[in-house]
Amino acid sequence: MDAIDRAIINNLQGGFPLSERPYAEAAASLGLDEDELIRRLEILLAQGTLTRFGPLYHAERLGGALTLAAMKPPPDDFERVARIVNGFPEVAHNYAREHEFNMWFVLATEWPERIGEVISEIEKATGYAVYNMPKLEEFFVGLRFEA
Amino acid sequence: MNTKPALRETRVDAGPMLDATDRRIIVATQEGLPRVRQPYHAVARQLNISPEEVISRMQRMLDTGVIRRLGAVPNHYALGYQANGMSVWDVPDDCVRELGKKIGNLDYVSHSYHRPRHLPDWRYNLFAMVHGRHRAEVESKVMQIAELLGDADRGHAVLYSTRILKKTGLRLGG
Repeated sequence: MDAIDRAIINNLQGGFPLSERPYAEAAASLGLDEDELIRRLEILLAQGTLTRFGPLYHAERLGGALTLAAMKPPPDDFERVARIVNGFPEVAHNYAREHEFNMWFVLATEWPERIGEVISEIEKATGYAVYNMPKLEEFFVGLRFEA
Repeated sequence: MNTKPALRETRVDAGPMLDATDRRIIVATQEGLPRVRQPYHAVARQLNISPEEVISRMQRMLDTGVIRRLGAVPNHYALGYQANGMSVWDVPDDCVRELGKKIGNLDYVSHSYHRPRHLPDWRYNLFAMVHGRHRAEVESKVMQIAELLGDADRGHAVLYSTRILKKTGLRLGG
């Protein structure tokens, strides 16, 4: 990764044009030419420095429902509970965290009513409480990672 | 890391406004735009609609916040931000919004959220994801947040992830 790659990452995390030749416009703002920008993006994607290049969609605004949920199974029962939780297709991400509340997962469902149903089903299948922590408000500023 | 102003401020629920064509555009672009000189034309050809329609619909999704932003999505692990702590705070409910905005503006916080307490088990109502290159960096940032909150910080914790148990991502089925 050189200075040009860094400039691409630092300046193109938003504002990519919606136009006929967006790469040409974005490249011009960085002092590059269109094909050079495209070539470098391909490399950054192939290297895994960028996970994606394109629109970042706002999951909840696609019409589905999303929530964060937590559990605190005892450590000696953790793996069994993780297997059950992960078996639900509605569980998108699941992280182990260092805390009494040691399991945190995101539930994504097509319909809002389904969130409560999945939570009940997980409680029944695991025998432990699921703490539903939907966001009540988001204070989003759009963090840019600097390369 | 640096922070630039949000690209969208609107809080409209655009879900019901999306029609079948919007959804086809989402499915076609959610993994990225084609790296060709005319990417929207390429998407249009794939969907058998006009490039103008792709552009105007994506512009509307950007304006309504369905698209958060358009551009490069970096892998923060690859950029060296390997320590991510979920900091959780117990602050008085009547100032959670004001404090959430203040914290959300810090350049090392990616998101801050107001979430419900579950008393007596879970007392924290404000969440802020803190990114750093290592734990010590995250910890010093959490201390800065604590100072910023002052007396409003009635207790906090930092939960580090130790393992990804599942990660399938959020996808719209195509």
